[in-house]
Amino acid sequence: MSNNEKRLMTCIVCPLGCELEVEIDENGNVVAVTGNTCPKGKDYAIQEVTAPKRVVMSVVYVKGSIFPTVSVKTNKPVLKSKIFDVMKEISNITLEAPVEIGQIIIKNVAGTDADIVTTRPAPKK
Amino acid sequence: MMTTKYDSIIIGGGPAGLAAAIKAKELGLNVLLLENRDVLGGIPLQCLHPGFGLHYFKEDLTGTEFIYRFIDKFQKMGIEYFTNAHLTEIENISDTEKRIKVITSKGLQTFTAKTIIYATGARERHLYEIGVTGKRLPGIFTAGEAQTMMDVYGIMPGKEIVIVGSGDVGLIMARRFALEGATVKAVIELMPFPGGLTRNVVQCLDDFGIPLYLSHAVTRVEGDSTVEKVIISEVNERLEIKEGTEKEIKCDTVVVAAGLVPYIKILEKIGVVKDQATRGPIVNEYLETLIPGVFTAGNALVINDLVDHVVEQGELAAFGASEFVKNEGIPTRKWKRVFRGRNVRLLVPHYVSGENDVIIYARVSRPMNKVKVRFPEINKEVRLPVVKPAEMISIKLKKEEIQRAVDRITMEVLSNE
Ligand SMILES: Cc1cc2nc3c(=O)[nH]c(=O)nc-3n(C[C@H](O)[C@H](O)[C@H](O)COP(=O)(O)OP(=O)(O)OC[C@H]3O[C@@H](n4cnc5c(N)ncnc54)[C@H](O)[C@@H]3O)c2cc1C
Ligand code: SF4
Repeated sequence: MSNNEKRLMTCIVCPLGCELEVEIDENGNVVAVTGNTCPKGKDYAIQEVTAPKRVVMSVVYVKGSIFPTVSVKTNKPVLKSKIFDVMKEISNITLEAPVEIGQIIIKNVAGTDADIVTTRPAPKK
Repeated sequence: MMTTKYDSIIIGGGPAGLAAAIKAKELGLNVLLLENRDVLGGIPLQCLHPGFGLHYFKEDLTGTEFIYRFIDKFQKMGIEYFTNAHLTEIENISDTEKRIKVITSKGLQTFTAKTIIYATGARERHLYEIGVTGKRLPGIFTAGEAQTMMDVYGIMPGKEIVIVGSGDVGLIMARRFALEGATVKAVIELMPFPGGLTRNVVQCLDDFGIPLYLSHAVTRVEGDSTVEKVIISEVNERLEIKEGTEKEIKCDTVVVAAGLVPYIKILEKIGVVKDQATRGPIVNEYLETLIPGVFTAGNALVINDLVDHVVEQGELAAFGASEFVKNEGIPTRKWKRVFRGRNVRLLVPHYVSGENDVIIYARVSRPMNKVKVRFPEINKEVRLPVVKPAEMISIKLKKEEIQRAVDRITMEVLSNE
């Protein structure tokens, strides 16, 4: 008989939202994932059990543009526990127009391996 | 002075309108696009979250990144357009001549075209439309208003937020407020299940510990000069208020995410007939309304949850307009009506011919697992693992399949177990 825990979760990698069943052993390791339609679902389940990560998005103020802000995101998911550190660092920044889309404005935000990139341009007024 | 008669004028510069304009131009039409706001882009311009373009670009983009791919392409192609241009009236002079009135910064202007592609999106439902009473206090916003304030202008609408409605829009707004440091006191949902995708319940509410009140109705919003609290009650299976379950939640801001409705008043004035299920126009497979030469796409046609479908519809309407211009009208003489069968709440298009492959977009009334989607008259069956009211189903019917039908096709969604 196994003492493995079975956990149900929804894969959030894409809008299909597959219902996953994850089997976890006593040491917290994932031993089996079922219900995923593609391999990304398995990676997600392992990540979610060991160290959940999310993409973070916000806006940054821009001076001298037709838009008062540009939108930004982390270019890869960051640890859930780091979300508010990331937000804090973003809120300390103000940019000058023009800002291009896809520009890196913070490298290794809050000590993570992710950068903050712009997701909307802010042309000069 | 000579005025140009365009092949097609596209109303609305959101994803549907931009995609339609680009396609129409590629098909050789002479086009003009008109946008009400001072910028192109529509709703995605204020959507900072990813989840856009997975089908169209095979990439997960934010709404802003997604829409800028279209804006850039549109501008590079040199397509003529005006922003700050609000359509107020269409005159149906003849099948191949439409005259429109537009309010612009230069005053009222008129334009003429052979075809119109109406892609104005939808309007948001207000609190009074969902039976909430109380004064119209400052501090009540629709989700779209709150999103524009926060994510375009960078202004926080409030600190303690109650969100009405748990569709994807409500859930996504809850996360944005939580990320920016506001306290989301509650998301209130009338139905016994959340309106949005499970992935959004997980990453927008659960991640931030935001409470979701299912089977609850907001009955009043109270306060002296601004919002101070909302009053909620439980509802039973018939969605009636249960006596004695009243509760109050203190807050300074109420965000209404109670759904979208296609806005087609301007079309109705020229005789476009509305489908009571979609609340958008009745259309054929070219997305042409019952008024020849007037096409529609995107949220003005049917409320879409995926921008990929919106773009597909925009491109299809442009193809329709191009066929119309080439043949001085859509040449089809005989149409087959598409009917809603069991567990199909709405569908478009309403008429098909058998001359083209057609994508049927539909929504179910009730969630169901392991289903078969059946079109009995043409012997077609498609199996799906799950169907939910929040997610549009899109199914392609091949022209050979459509040809098997005599004069009607029914779509029904049945359990496969
Ligand atoms: C909060 C939110 C989150 C979403 N998240 C996602 C997601 O993660 N993934 C996804 O795929 N989809 C998402 N969607 C859906 C997607 O954004 C919409 O389906 C899409 O924007 C609809 O496009 P549209 O062009 O029909 O309408 P819109 O984007 O609304 O554009 C319509 C345009 O027409 C203009 N207009 C209106 N009336 C007139 C007039 N009289 N004259 C001239 N111009 C006019 C408007 O100003 C607007 O620019 C989301 C929607 C919302 C609201
Ligand atoms: S398992 Fe694959 S298909 Fe299913 S939700 Fe996750 S990413 Fe999407």
